[in-house]
Order: sequence, then C-alpha cells, then structure tokens
Amino acid sequence: MGKITLHDVRKNFGATEVIPGIDLTIENGEFVVFVGPSGCGKSTLLRLIAGLEDTSGGVISIDGVDATALPPAKRGLAMVFQSYALYPHMTVRKNIMFPLKMAGMEIGEATRRADAAARVLNLTNYMERKPGQLSGGQRQRVAIGRAIVREPAAFLFDEPLSNLDAALRVNMRQEITELHQSLKTTMIYVTHDQVEAMTMADKIVVLNAGRIEQVGSPLELYNQPKNTFVAGFIGSPKMNLITGPEAEKLGAATIGVRPEHLDVVSEGGWSGIVGLSEHLGSDTFLKVTTDIVGTLNVRAGGEVRLRHGDRVNLIPQAGKVHRFGADGKAMA
Amino acid sequence: MATQSSRIAARLMVAPSVILLFVWMIVPLALTLWYSFRIYRLLSPERSGWAGFQHYAWFLNSPDFWLAISNTLLLVGGVLAITVILGILVALLIDQPVWGQGPLRILVISPFFVMPPVAASIWENLFMHPQNGMFASFAQGLGFQPILFLESYPMSSVIFIVSWEWLPFAALIFLTALQSLSSEQMEAAEMDGAGAMSRFRYIVMPHMTRSITVVILIQTIFLLGIFGEIYTTTQGGPGSASTTLPYMIFKQAVIAKDIGRAAAGGIIAVILANIVAFFLMRSMGKNLDA
Repeated sequence: MGKITLHDVRKNFGATEVIPGIDLTIENGEFVVFVGPSGCGKSTLLRLIAGLEDTSGGVISIDGVDATALPPAKRGLAMVFQSYALYPHMTVRKNIMFPLKMAGMEIGEATRRADAAARVLNLTNYMERKPGQLSGGQRQRVAIGRAIVREPAAFLFDEPLSNLDAALRVNMRQEITELHQSLKTTMIYVTHDQVEAMTMADKIVVLNAGRIEQVGSPLELYNQPKNTFVAGFIGSPKMNLITGPEAEKLGAATIGVRPEHLDVVSEGGWSGIVGLSEHLGSDTFLKVTTDIVGTLNVRAGGEVRLRHGDRVNLIPQAGKVHRFGADGKAMA
Repeated sequence: MATQSSRIAARLMVAPSVILLFVWMIVPLALTLWYSFRIYRLLSPERSGWAGFQHYAWFLNSPDFWLAISNTLLLVGGVLAITVILGILVALLIDQPVWGQGPLRILVISPFFVMPPVAASIWENLFMHPQNGMFASFAQGLGFQPILFLESYPMSSVIFIVSWEWLPFAALIFLTALQSLSSEQMEAAEMDGAGAMSRFRYIVMPHMTRSITVVILIQTIFLLGIFGEIYTTTQGGPGSASTTLPYMIFKQAVIAKDIGRAAAGGIIAVILANIVAFFLMRSMGKNLDA
C-alpha cells in the first residue's frame, strides 16, 4: 500500500515561505512526477514527504496514518538521491543490505533479498565492488537496489538522472518505468526535465513558486493546460504565447499555439522571416520572426527546405489555439 | 610526463632539491653515528679514540633506560588515545550549528598556538601547583589535601599537559573530516532506518578513518620527541619517574656533556622511531590508500 495524502502542507525557512500550502492525493501504485523550474519547491516537497524536513503546517498521511511527526525511518518510504548517496566504504552488497541490517533482519533473508534485487538490476557481478569502482549508471542502480530491498510503501526519487549522460538517462528512464510496471509500488519522482515528466508519469504535478499549477495526466496537461505557466512549461519546443491585437481578435488576453500546430502556407496568416532552422531529418524546427506577433517556434515536417532568411506565412490549425484570460487562466 | 625526454628533464629539475634534502638528512645522521662510536666528552677533551659499542652498552645496562623507553611509549600512546577519542567528541560537538560558532571554534583551537614550555608553565604554576594552583584551592575548598600532581603522578601530569596541547590539532582535523561528509549520505542512512548511534558507527567512523590515521601518524612523529614540557615541569623526576628517551639523551649531552653517549642515545631513538613507524604503517597504512 502507498497512498499519500497532503493536506494544506506548508513550509517556511525562517521568514521565507517556500510552500504556501499544498493539497494533493497520491493514489496507491501511481507514478507521480513533480515538475517545475528550479527553486519551485519540488525537492522541498519531496523532503517533507520523506520526513527529512519538518513541516511548518498541515498534515501528511501515508495509508491513512498521520505521518507528519514521524521520523523518516518510520514512514516506510525509500529514497533515491540525486548524488546516489551510496556508502563509499561498503561494498555494493553491504550498501544494498544496509537498510535490512538496520531493520534487524536475519542475515539469510537479507542476503536472499539483496541477491534478488541485484538480479533485477543486473548487479549480480558487481556485488563485491565498492561504489567508487562503478560507473554512474551502475551506482544509480545500486541506489535503486538499496531502495527496493526494503519493500517500501512508496519510492521517492530526487532528480535521480541529472548526473548521467544523455544516452544513459534515456536508458535509466525506461528501466525505472519498467521497474514501476513490475513492482506496482507508488513512486514520486522529482525532476525539472519536462521530457522525463511526460514520458514516465501517470500523473504530473506542475509546481511553480511552491504552488500547484495543475495536476493531471501528461496528455491532459499537454492538451488542456489550465494556465499560461503550464502551457509554456510543458512541451518542447515551447508553446508560442501571443499577446496583443491578434489575441484580442479571439477575445483573449493571450493565445497559445504549439509549434506543431502552425502550418506553413504560401499566403495569408502571419508573415515572417526564418531565423534559425534546425533540420533533424524527422522534423524541422524553425524560429520565425513575424511582422505582427513576434518570434514563433514552428515544428514543420522533415522535408521542409526552408533556410535562414526565407519569408514564410504561418497559419494556426483550426481548433488548436489555446485562449487565456488576463489572469493567465485558460478560457473555455 | 609522457615522453622519454620530458621524464629525464623532470628528474634533472627535481634533482637539486632531492640532493639537498638527502645531504640535509644524511650528514647529521652520519655524524651522530660516527660520534656514537667515539669517546667524545666535553669535560675531558684530551681523551679521545674509539669507544666501540660501550656507549650503547651503557644505555642498555642503565637502570633508567627501559623505564625511559616505556615512558616514551606511554607518553605517545596516552596522548594519542586521549586526543583521538576526545578530539572526535569535540569535533562532533563544535560541528553542531550553535550561536557564536566562529569564536567558539577559535577558542577550541587556541591551545595549539601556545608554545610548549609556556603551556607547561601555565599548567604547572596556575593549575597544578600545590599552593597557588587552582586545583589545590578547589581541593582545599572541598576539605581535601591538595594533590601533588607533578610529584605523585608525574607521567600522568605530563601526558595530560601534552594532550591539552594536541587536542585542538586532532579536533581540527576531525572537524574538517566531519564537514566533508556528504549530508545526503547521512540522510540516506536516516531513511534506511539507522539511528544516531548506527549512523555514527557505520557512516561517520568509516568516513573518519583516514583522518584518524593522519592524526595518529603526525602526532606520533612529534610526540616521540616531546622534551620541553618535561624540562619545564618535572625535569624527568621525581628520580627518573618521568624521564623519556629524549630527556635521557638531553641529560647525557647537556648535563653530563658526554657527546659520544648522547649520540648513541640518538641512534637508539632513531631505531625506536623506525620500529614504531613500521608497526604504525603496517597496521594503518592501508587506510591512507584512496
């Protein structure tokens, strides 16, 4: 079981209010990603759930039990840190078995569990090595192994992939997703990378300045962003947010058009000059400086042959324009 | 340092310093070795010639010799034990976030800046003195006889004074070690269910082994030669109760003015230091590997 409920959870560091009050329910077995720009409070929120920071107010309950005042060890949660936080003087085996040893588990059972975890994570051949002799990805797996042997109610991941190179990151992302499929345990994952959020999450929580901007499935956030912050944060390249007379024509303060929802046409629409054009083969990313709506990101097909300095006309696809009011909230 | 020529160049470059250091070391050692086999007494310069092993024999047969050796080892061992154990505790204490942490740390470190004879004089006259000392007045205030520290417990008193001087050094090194411990490791251990004592035993202590080794090795080098504190306080007495090997050599060189004998003592001290170093490196050298 691993249902975690936050009710009006607040956190201040001295006079600075980091989290002004958050209500959130994380269902058992869900893969929840906290995403937001750096300094938005997502790591603090995770540490509050872990018990590594004391709440300034509110209630955290795990499986219906009030855990607000419980020490970290008593919450039944396991955490994977950004730096992995392996114990450098212990072998991989001892690292993985450490939580079991601390729980006073009998050595045979502990060894059996550690071996099982090692098999799942492809660490069997590295059990007698020290963390210093492992590559980044292997260390990451040891950290995950140390978390899974405890069979926790939920896993907490604090930007676990940020120290890995790009190729390995994609790999580990898939491994963690597969692990979630097989364990079916609640996972809370913190990242600033919206690609990780989109690819891994059942439910994304977008945070900004300690507030929840929107909660929803990846596609919900993509298709129906509740406000301009979520609209601009989710999706790569970024959604084009246009203000001024063109937005007012549609009765909104701001309109948003995703790069892939702009069609390149021969005439009409917004005329502009191609600045940057990135040909990736499958796609072409264009930065077009238009005459009336500023610079737009455009995602065109791979066969588009536009170059720097070419003049193009852009038209947003019908029904794909998001309208936002003066308060930044989406309009119906 | 990849090519043959750059390696040769590098050797040529460092050669002058290596040669200088080697001469610096070997000339005094050779002279000491030479004198240790010579009859060389400043009070009767007319007598000279080879002494053979008679100076060494004199040391080995002297009733004070084995006492001096054991006192030397007792001093080194006692001070090491006190400074390492208390040093870890002090370091743990001043690592805590408290008000006035900066000044507090300077205060803790300050005894290290006091010169050894000065420190010894302060302890002898202001604290341990049977009439004027603070301990004596405490004892009298409580209705006890003042303890004659330097007369009744000379070795313990010297060990105490030297420990007071070296505790800040140990605490300082341990403090830097504690501060280099990653907080995420401690948090991970906390999440893993390790209590404060387990975290200390399984995370903090293994992290500190290297600095403990460094403290033990450096302090041993200095403690083997402790002289000023004994000279200032007990003068090796009462009798020979607090005579160490360096003090015994000093007595032969400066009081008896027998350079030959003192040189033999010096060579014995070199051998003792090497034996100690051998056992230290064997038992702890592996802690220094990365």
